Amino acid sequence: MANKPRVAIFDFTGCEGCELSQLNFEDQLLDILAQVDIVEWREAMDDRADEYDIAFVEGALSTPDCIKRIHDIRRRSKVLVALGSCAVDGGVNAIKNLHPIEEVRAEVYGKDQYLFPTLPALPLSAVVKVDHNVRGCPMTQGEFLRLFTALVMGKQFAEPDQSVCVECKLNENECVFERGMICLGPVTRGGCNSQCTNFGQYCIGCRGLVSEPNLAGMAETLASHGLAMDEAWKRLQLYNAYRLQGVRA
Amino acid sequence: MSRDLDITVKHLTRVEGHGNIVVDMKNGVLHKAQLDIVEAPRYFEALLKGRSFHEAAIITSRICGICSLGHQLTSLKATEQALGLAVTEQTVLLRKLLVHGATLQSNILHAYFLAAPDFLKVKSVIPLVGTHPEVVLRALRMKKLANDIGDAVGGRAVHPITCVPGGFTHVPTAATLKDLRRKLVEQMVPDFLATVETVASLAAAIPQFERPTEYISLRSDGDYALYDGDICSTDTGRVPDSEYRRMTNEFVVPHSTSKHCRANRTSYMVGALARWNNNHDRLCPESLQAAAALGLKPGCTNPYMNTIAQVVEAGHCALDAVAIIDKLLDMGPKLETPNQEPTRFGTGIGSTEVPRGILYHEYTYDRQARIVKANCIIPTGQNLANIDDDMKKLVPEVVAVKSKEEITSWLEMLVRAYDPCISCSVHMLDVEFLE
Ligand code: SF4
Ligand code: SF4
Ligand SMILES: [Fe+2]
Repeated sequence: MANKPRVAIFDFTGCEGCELSQLNFEDQLLDILAQVDIVEWREAMDDRADEYDIAFVEGALSTPDCIKRIHDIRRRSKVLVALGSCAVDGGVNAIKNLHPIEEVRAEVYGKDQYLFPTLPALPLSAVVKVDHNVRGCPMTQGEFLRLFTALVMGKQFAEPDQSVCVECKLNENECVFERGMICLGPVTRGGCNSQCTNFGQYCIGCRGLVSEPNLAGMAETLASHGLAMDEAWKRLQLYNAYRLQGVRA
Repeated sequence: MSRDLDITVKHLTRVEGHGNIVVDMKNGVLHKAQLDIVEAPRYFEALLKGRSFHEAAIITSRICGICSLGHQLTSLKATEQALGLAVTEQTVLLRKLLVHGATLQSNILHAYFLAAPDFLKVKSVIPLVGTHPEVVLRALRMKKLANDIGDAVGGRAVHPITCVPGGFTHVPTAATLKDLRRKLVEQMVPDFLATVETVASLAAAIPQFERPTEYISLRSDGDYALYDGDICSTDTGRVPDSEYRRMTNEFVVPHSTSKHCRANRTSYMVGALARWNNNHDRLCPESLQAAAALGLKPGCTNPYMNTIAQVVEAGHCALDAVAIIDKLLDMGPKLETPNQEPTRFGTGIGSTEVPRGILYHEYTYDRQARIVKANCIIPTGQNLANIDDDMKKLVPEVVAVKSKEEITSWLEMLVRAYDPCISCSVHMLDVEFLE
């Protein structure tokens, strides 16, 4: 790209933790700003623009208005990047899809439920074409930098597809199963450098599934480490409720 | 003074989440002055239903990235009370250290990145990189160090990894703590003093506007209450946090996906200004000097001064973080197994001061330690009625002397002064799950 790429950042239904993680590149932020023109970012600035070379989009789609806006953003963008598990996989929002929508609304707003429209939570890719994913909850910062550099330099970016366990072993961590905990690392897509298990916590599966996960085997393993079978599937659904729809209740 | 005024600011910028400002005045009569909350609801209640106590803090953390640490700790306190899980002194100290890091990072982010552009009449922090590079670099340095606390203790500043029911999965080494301490003393404290100078030079741009209201925050006997304390109101004094429903009284209004709150008046304020009004006597001398330099006085009733109170508080967080690190080093940090064996299954309440004000979580667990009932009341939700009341007083006061553009800018600054976290506020939960 001859001129500086025009970058925009958008948010839908999410916690804005991924956007915040972008502001947390204190050491690289000024370099990043020098390489691109940020033309639209509601959370940090007043300006608005019409066209973007790269649009980073955080959050899942969960209202009729979201669907309209994402089509509009797609039309204006050359490259569209889904940022974080809400945008890539629906994220924790999609757990609500497991319950009947009327019940969900009534629980929160009672008799006032019809004031606010809602839909099942959807990943961006359910509605528009997504060019790249940055996974994680919050998005994995290293992966964001890798993709960002590739896009600015016009290079290829390949998404990792090995499990978190591969990285965890390379980091020589003691497997948390050995310590009486459970873990979703075996079916979860790596790329985070096994961030959580490095800190003694189990992998909660925030980066979504590898392309060919052995789900039944994973559930068996969780069950053999003390979880009831329905609890095992619930743990798997924390970040995979959308992808696992219909796989098992 | 009859005048028509019609202001709509759609998707207000430089705030967290989606809100619109709407003012409608016809022939000098104010029909509407309010903040519409249009953020999509995320239905966290449905997300928590039937979930294990291991997952409660992980899920509620995702209510809001900016406030993620606050949600985690408040959630853990509620869970620990409900299940009878005692925690160690080291756990409490590490949590307090994390709170200081998160409060510092959030207050700095708000003052420099979101509020300062208003004072300097620019549209974002980005032009300031060219015009005020040393100020931007200082802001980044302070934010980075605040986040370093989160990284070292929490494993990650946004949605920390290590905080679990009953303790921590990882403890920083003495060397890591010493390194943080050194940077706090050598870098954060001087940067804080320089920040006070910068802010003092901009203070003339703060709108003069007074509206006495009720101020509610935590208060404790020992320290400047952030991690725990009683609920304290400037109108009615202290009550234990078990009284929180009486002090919040949530209700639904049509113009907001977030519920509103009230206590003893039509509205009340939470956040740094409320903490200042209730707890200024607990701040360190450096913060009190900063307050004097910035014209912040006890009993302050100008909501625009909330940003100033955040700056003042940042100094306290930095210095108290040093004191906490000293205690941890004295004790010698050691890895402890988190206490995760429930001794009861019941209801628990957690309350903490997060950067935007007092946050409550309440859960009830069944005998499998799964959630059957959950309630969260978020600071920004508590402030919404107060913001509307401010607008209703402000607009008639300035309509005769200011242009529409100036009024719009003052209203935007007013909403930003509260540092509202709109994505947070639409995720209030209050539900008895229908089995
Ligand atoms: S992926 Fe996680 S951090 Fe990012 S917006 Fe969604 S909930 Fe927040
Ligand atoms: S270890 Fe698991 S939960 Fe942690 S960041 Fe990686 S994928 Fe996410
Ligand atoms: Fe928040």
